[in-house]
Amino acid sequence: MFDVLLLSRIQFAANISFHILFPTITIALGWLLFYFKLRYQFSKHPVWMRAYRFWVKVFALSFAMGVVSGITMSFQFGTNWPGFMETIGNIAGPLLAYEVLTAFFLEATMLGIMLFGFHRVPAWVHTGATFLVAFGTTMSAFWILVLNSWMQTPAGFEMIDGVAHASDWMAIIFNPSFPYRFSHMLLASSLTVCFLVAGLSAYRIYRGDNKKAPRVALKTAIFSAMLIAPLQAFVGDLHGLNTLEHQPQKIAAMEGIWETQEGAPLVLFAVPDEESKTNKYAIEIPKLASLILTHSLDGELQGLNEFEGAHPPVAPVFYSFRVMVGIGMLMIAVAWWCGITLLRKKQLNKYQIWTLMSLSFAGWVATLAGWYVTEIGRQPYLVSGVLRTADAVTDIASGNVLLTFILYMSMYVVLLVVYVRTLFLMAKRAVDIEEYDLSPPGLPEGPRVKQARNNSTIGA
Amino acid sequence: MDILFSDTALPIVFAMLTALSLLLYAILDGFDLGVGILLPMSDEGQRDTAIASIGPFWDANETWLVLAVGLLLVAFPAAHSAILKAFYLPATIMLLALILRGVAFDFRAKVKPRRKRIWDYTFKIGSMLTAFTQGFMLGLYVMGLEYTLASVVFSIFSGFCVLAAYSLIGAAWLVMKTSGELQLSAISWSKKCGVLTAFGILVVCLVNPYVNASVLRIWTELPWAYFYAAIPLLCAFMFILGFLVLKRLPLADDAGASLPFYMVVIIFVCCFLGLSFSFYPYVVPGQLTLNEAASSPASLKIILIGSVFVLPFIGAYTVFSYYTFRGKAEQLRYY
Repeated sequence: MFDVLLLSRIQFAANISFHILFPTITIALGWLLFYFKLRYQFSKHPVWMRAYRFWVKVFALSFAMGVVSGITMSFQFGTNWPGFMETIGNIAGPLLAYEVLTAFFLEATMLGIMLFGFHRVPAWVHTGATFLVAFGTTMSAFWILVLNSWMQTPAGFEMIDGVAHASDWMAIIFNPSFPYRFSHMLLASSLTVCFLVAGLSAYRIYRGDNKKAPRVALKTAIFSAMLIAPLQAFVGDLHGLNTLEHQPQKIAAMEGIWETQEGAPLVLFAVPDEESKTNKYAIEIPKLASLILTHSLDGELQGLNEFEGAHPPVAPVFYSFRVMVGIGMLMIAVAWWCGITLLRKKQLNKYQIWTLMSLSFAGWVATLAGWYVTEIGRQPYLVSGVLRTADAVTDIASGNVLLTFILYMSMYVVLLVVYVRTLFLMAKRAVDIEEYDLSPPGLPEGPRVKQARNNSTIGA
Repeated sequence: MDILFSDTALPIVFAMLTALSLLLYAILDGFDLGVGILLPMSDEGQRDTAIASIGPFWDANETWLVLAVGLLLVAFPAAHSAILKAFYLPATIMLLALILRGVAFDFRAKVKPRRKRIWDYTFKIGSMLTAFTQGFMLGLYVMGLEYTLASVVFSIFSGFCVLAAYSLIGAAWLVMKTSGELQLSAISWSKKCGVLTAFGILVVCLVNPYVNASVLRIWTELPWAYFYAAIPLLCAFMFILGFLVLKRLPLADDAGASLPFYMVVIIFVCCFLGLSFSFYPYVVPGQLTLNEAASSPASLKIILIGSVFVLPFIGAYTVFSYYTFRGKAEQLRYY
């Protein structure tokens, strides 16, 4: 009925799409928590600890989702894609091992201290643990993006009897697309967190929360987004130029360029048709694609016709790219719209609050769309020019893969719904907590709040 | 040091590293899975305490599984593929159970109070299913990764053995980390699970040599037989000593409450060593040896250099974490 290649691809895509949602939150949220903790450490102002406490719970939940959904990956490499490790195991192996050794243990162990150790270790150790958790998540992103970039733009290796052998580790780690991909992902994570923090804080304000903490968090998020959103557009552009140099077929699919041409138009929207090799219902701006990508109105762009049988499917890459860019533009506009109001020391109006609430998870959509562009855009290769996806797949019975795929999917749908609902529930609950007592500002917050009074003997 | 890095030693060094991670996983995630399996559904306060006792640790404990599977993947890719393909369905069920159990841990404290019980059940059932499927896979591995009637029956039995063993280490953990009624229950659980585990180990010891002729030869060949004989003896000694200690617990000032846990750790180490020696030098029993399955020495060296530097740090901060949360479990507070 279905072939095992297609099923394994869909299953891996589903698993990794579900997984990446949570690291996307924890990478940047870890640094935001470190910032809150530092502000608290220096100012002793309880509002920072309030913000920390709310968001550390979101971090804990997201981290748990990320850990458990990530374990499935290390199994599927072997079960569904044995050809992957057989061919490039000498390169992927050490990179994955370094990720586990330098990141996973660090973040998982320090997380315990960060979550539950506030009263058990000195303040600076707790701040240090928060730093190490953030550092660990970033190291994890570093290694995984090294491997992913290497699969896109392999370098520093030689093929001996069909197996890749490392010849230069620096060239492998800092392969041509790595710096762009790594910065693009870190910024994507930052923007996702900015809009999540702004969205949930807006939700609290919408529910009548008059405390300072959600306002402080909202401001931090919006002001960061004002800088990061345009920076992301700039880095994204550099990333695109790098892709044009190393993977022109991906750019051709992203832009819907079927034939090599000079002065290629920028296709704002169209329905790309693989059969007739044309764009239907296209809305175009003449010559703009050439201008953006070659910095010349009449620059030549290679079309898909140059990569017969070795270019990715056009429609998913084409649409995903537009979703990503569209949300990115929206984020720039919303960040500045709300940011200018806040800079004038005014309250956000209800339209702004409503917009921020509805964009709480916009970062997820943009990040996933971006990953689809780059991963589908690498097809039909698993490792560009080295290993075709079809050659790496397993010989497991397709019925088994179908069964496990259905099991994974049903669980992911349930968990995703529960996760999103729980975040809003936590925000709703936070509305009812009393404001801290500001009278003696030098004292650390603790027994003065309602929540802590119930169990003030604990952890003393 | 150089000897570690020689091409002939590398597969053995990596087999030892993989085995060490698996052993640490079985002990560390074993106790938090065991606590999940034993979660008392009749008393919410006890559930909170039981879960609080594993709260700061479970994330890192699970990481040992990632490292073990990761090392198998990078050092013995052919074995990883052969073993995990045979385990495709049980491993998927285990992963789903691990996911459910991991998130239940966080959701239970954050959802509406009336939903908390559902997540407690999820945590308990997820822990049971994880333990059972791990035991099932262990059984299948011992039986040479083949699905025959006999091997499936043995694997199901093995699933229950691991369920009992994780419950035992979980119960011993609760004896150490809790007090009052929960500790009394944990003492009684330890005794019951101890009997079941001892019975399970005995049966596996008797069946294994019948299935694998080479195992019998390894265990009876002199002079190594003297050394190997020490393993079951030590194991049996720990069981007997453990029962004697449990009979006297709890003592005034909570003396000796941590003894059962350390004894169970020794039992786990004995079982693990026993199994490892039975199959050496095979990594897939009867099919693939360590050397045949190993990947290229160059990339193993790169990983080993990293491990030599990083593992002491991992050990140090793991100890620091357990030291920070030493003593009796307290209610979890996010600050």
